[in-house]
Amino acid sequence: MQSTSDEVLIGRIANGDRLAMQVLYARHHVRVFRFVIRIVRDESTAEDLISDVFLDVWRQAGRFQGRSSVSTWMLAVARFKALSALRRRPDEEFDEDSTAGIDDGSDDPHTSLEKKDKSALIKRCLAGLSAQHREIIDLVYYHDKSVEEVAAIVGIPENTVKTRVFYARKKLSELLKAEGIERGWP
Amino acid sequence: MAMNTMNKEPERQDLEMLLPWHATGTLSRRDSDRIERALAADGELARQYALVREELAETIHLNETLGAPSARAMDKLFAAIDAEEARSPRRRPSFDLAQRISEFLAGFTLRTLAWAAGAAAVALIVQAAVIAAVVLKDERAPTAGPKLASINRGSFAMVRFAPQATAAEITNFLGAYKASLVEGPLKAGGGLYRIRLAENPLPPNDVGKIVRQMQEESRIVGFIAPAD
Repeated sequence: MQSTSDEVLIGRIANGDRLAMQVLYARHHVRVFRFVIRIVRDESTAEDLISDVFLDVWRQAGRFQGRSSVSTWMLAVARFKALSALRRRPDEEFDEDSTAGIDDGSDDPHTSLEKKDKSALIKRCLAGLSAQHREIIDLVYYHDKSVEEVAAIVGIPENTVKTRVFYARKKLSELLKAEGIERGWP
Repeated sequence: MAMNTMNKEPERQDLEMLLPWHATGTLSRRDSDRIERALAADGELARQYALVREELAETIHLNETLGAPSARAMDKLFAAIDAEEARSPRRRPSFDLAQRISEFLAGFTLRTLAWAAGAAAVALIVQAAVIAAVVLKDERAPTAGPKLASINRGSFAMVRFAPQATAAEITNFLGAYKASLVEGPLKAGGGLYRIRLAENPLPPNDVGKIVRQMQEESRIVGFIAPAD
């Protein structure tokens, strides 16, 4: 059975269909939340933001022109709101060079154990990428966004999308190398 | 040796950069086929693709551990929607004569319709007919109450629609701003209409903000100003 497309739901929402809104929310709220929380790193703020994002969808559904997919549109709105929220917090910013706190200090017992697990280590290094690199890796690998869609969400040219992902991966290899895992690339 | 040469080619670099999208299946068929052929012939590229797949799996796993929002987020959202609907109910489509007229006229610009009528002066009359259709279509009060009482309450603006605006555009425009047409065209106003911006009186700053936003829609709005 084919489910109702997001675009059809948006059309119904534009006509004030509350149930369509609930379906769209159920379909996308977790992913939008995860995208946002990786930027703002605060659960309560992320929850407030997704309410705002979906409220915008409710208000703006009539203007949706289908130039991008609904999920791409929502992620672009979510990103804008998350960055605006960060700007309101003077101690936080979406700094391309800032890392998410991967620590290179002495290992506690938990960390030592974790290091034995390559999978956990890769995740640790993914979390340690800069905000800009983390964002683009998430969009491609987790949110399944094409080159064109990432460009639309982040607001950069398509070629920049490709090179940014390339350098994010390169940085990941460097972080892994520093943790003792040589991937042989780059 | 052939492979070494290939490694330096821009084509090889391009394929290398596209590997993450190949792994997620978001490339075009053409690019996917290119990469499949290259993977079959280039061991180094295939090794790198294995790394990409590893990154993909761990990124998914990492994100899946981020949890989900609590019910608070949904409660907050629908409370906000309920509040908006209580303030200004959204209009739903209905079928009636006015809608048919509106749909018939929707494909024509007001200018075209005016020209077809034979004289530029007719433009305002045609526009009035089009907009009357819009008003009638949007009017869906279940009981015929005293309209004057309701149209005098709220925040208002005077607007002159652009000649090239179609009926559909005017309808969408009013719907997008949750505005409604209450009066017009005014006899002394040269095609001016009175529209209600909100059911309740808003602070002048808020009215000014809405009016400025509307003014930016130059394809539809020729002139707009706050009104009593």
